[in-house]
Amino acid sequence: MLLLLLGIILLHVAALVLLFVSTIVSVWTSGDSNTSDLWRNCTLYAVGHSCNPASTGEWIQAVQALMILSIIFSCLSLFLFFCQLFTLQKGGRFFLTGAFQILASLFVMSGAIIYTVLSPEWVPEKNTFGYSYILAWVACPLALISGLIYVILRKRE
Amino acid sequence: MLTVLALTSVVLLGVVPEQSQAITIYTGWERHALVGSDIRLSCSFFSWRWISEDVTFSWTYRPDGSRDTISIFHYTGGEAYVDNKGPFRDRLEFVGNPNRRDGSILIKNLDFSDNGTFTCDAKNPPDIVGRPSSVRLLVFEKLPIQAGVITGAIIGVVLGLLVLIVVIYYLMRFLVARRVFSLNVSKHGKKKKEGSQQRQGPAPPADPAKVKAAASEKKKQESRKDKK
Repeated sequence: MLLLLLGIILLHVAALVLLFVSTIVSVWTSGDSNTSDLWRNCTLYAVGHSCNPASTGEWIQAVQALMILSIIFSCLSLFLFFCQLFTLQKGGRFFLTGAFQILASLFVMSGAIIYTVLSPEWVPEKNTFGYSYILAWVACPLALISGLIYVILRKRE
Repeated sequence: MLTVLALTSVVLLGVVPEQSQAITIYTGWERHALVGSDIRLSCSFFSWRWISEDVTFSWTYRPDGSRDTISIFHYTGGEAYVDNKGPFRDRLEFVGNPNRRDGSILIKNLDFSDNGTFTCDAKNPPDIVGRPSSVRLLVFEKLPIQAGVITGAIIGVVLGLLVLIVVIYYLMRFLVARRVFSLNVSKHGKKKKEGSQQRQGPAPPADPAKVKAAASEKKKQESRKDKK
């Protein structure tokens, strides 16, 4: 029982950490010597980095907002899990926690989809997707699985 | 005692302007404008002295990427002299009021070649020591949205909806509890229990709020029922 609890919490925290890294580190696209998005574009020169704020288009801002919202909802879900752990009756389901976690994964998915669809517009051809982008796509199914586990989990003891 | 204080303050006020207090000039830092529009570049100054009749304003312009500075406006002796040969010929107008320390100019029909730095220098004799202030003009085809406006708006709307749903849910619960209570008061005895059970059943579908609110309410009601 305790092992199950620990495993679930670990999964949730792993998804949360991935979300944090994906949002904060600004490496959604990377080229030979430059990385760009979500918050700033950096170019590597011989003497060091030179960073400018990212373009302020509407869609980049929408992706930023969706990533931040997913972090907020995932944190709220973790907090609600601990609340419901102590207040739920025996046999009850963690619906609220699961709902928030599933919403968080939906937000990450829509953010990543918007970025994928619109990145040819603001990124030159020879750049590839960076690791923040990949982490966002990994965090989405993790959060989804975590949310589904909460929904089907029943409280014992 | 008071007279001594008054005298010293008058003497000090008389003495202070004798020392060279610099004149401070204020313009904006950066101005954004659309192609074809007009823009008012404001320039004002602060000086310890009264405005003299020989107050002068002068504006100079340095295009982006160039090192040359050209003079485009000069106000002296009560007369404004605008650019009549340079890039702002027939487009410049003086809209300031020197008596109110305002030396603003109006540039009409902006173009991309007007990108650059405009420097305002004001002198109020005998207060002539000061540092000119510059404002940078950026001309856009369409004004870019400021960073973070849409981000903040989306986050605010979603969180606001969340708070609204929570408030509506608790309000509904409170109202249902109150209705049950008033039923208890009006009808006595066994009928009130049947009435309260019937009330809790059809309450969610009868809710005229949004479908999303009803769906999440159902989830929460189920979890509440599971609790009980």
